Amino acid sequence: MNEKPHSFTPAAYFLIFGLLLGLTVLTVAAAELNIGCLHTWAALAIAGIKATLVVLFFMHLWHSSRLAWLVVAASLFFLAILIGIVYEDYHSRSWLTAVGLMLM
Amino acid sequence: LSVNAGALAHQFRDLKQQQEAATLGMWMFLATEVLFFGGVLTAYAIYRQAYANAFVHGSLFLNTALGTLNTAVLLTSSLTMALSVWFAQRGNRTLLVGCLGLTLLLGLVFLGIKAWEWHHEYAAGRAPGINFTVSEQQRYPVQIHAGQRDEGAETVNPRELKMFFLFYFILTGLHGIHMMVGVGLLLYLIIRAAPGFFSSGYYSPVEVIGLYWHFVDIVWIFLFPLLYLIRH
Repeated sequence: MNEKPHSFTPAAYFLIFGLLLGLTVLTVAAAELNIGCLHTWAALAIAGIKATLVVLFFMHLWHSSRLAWLVVAASLFFLAILIGIVYEDYHSRSWLTAVGLMLM
Repeated sequence: LSVNAGALAHQFRDLKQQQEAATLGMWMFLATEVLFFGGVLTAYAIYRQAYANAFVHGSLFLNTALGTLNTAVLLTSSLTMALSVWFAQRGNRTLLVGCLGLTLLLGLVFLGIKAWEWHHEYAAGRAPGINFTVSEQQRYPVQIHAGQRDEGAETVNPRELKMFFLFYFILTGLHGIHMMVGVGLLLYLIIRAAPGFFSSGYYSPVEVIGLYWHFVDIVWIFLFPLLYLIRH
């Protein structure tokens, strides 16, 4: 019954760890770059890559069941709804006053 | 098989099914955690846009070097946690306990550095609701890179700055509470692992608590740039 569990080798873990440290240095460096509003998106993109590495390799999602993938995808989907729609609502309220509609 | 006979709860067909159920349960819990932090981050996103200038100023108060160091500490703890699971899968009790101990230690180092940072803000009178004493007249040197200063960026509305520090304390505080829970769980794992409770056939608790620990690491991966690295 002791079938070998699917997992990565310690060497792979050290490689991922090195990548994560490198990306941390990169995000600190990117903060000092003069790239205006892209700045936030660069920070979020790097954080997203780091999070993906952790989820796929350290958390073994790579070898996990499709059900686990579905749970992860669902959580991201609802997070996008939560942040996206609430943010969009606040952002677009000024448009109503701009066309003469006062709701509040 | 007989070694792990006691580890199998009666509602499961075998240990593999039991482990899959446990892992899936933790993923479900983490999905709720994503939305838990997501709520605060939504509010953060709205205020960050509304009070952009104050958030840049607030971010400059934070110690980027310590934030970077803490990120490295937490990433290292994730590595040792991943190695813990690997050694648990192979029934290596000594290295399992060793890696869990390292993870616990790094978690405590993180909390120690964080506590020092919190105390620094508190001592400087920047803890909203306790002693926020930034005055209307106060001006702050903005050490952003050359060419990035715009007119009016030298002053900041203290009420808006207070909002930044509110988010700082709530986000890092919620994360800190999760870290403390994680440290407690690691302590439990070590107490269980030391006498050889886990084996290559039964190590679900190590794997599941590992998932939780990595998730808390991911939260910090996002909090670090969102709080420490706002420059525009």
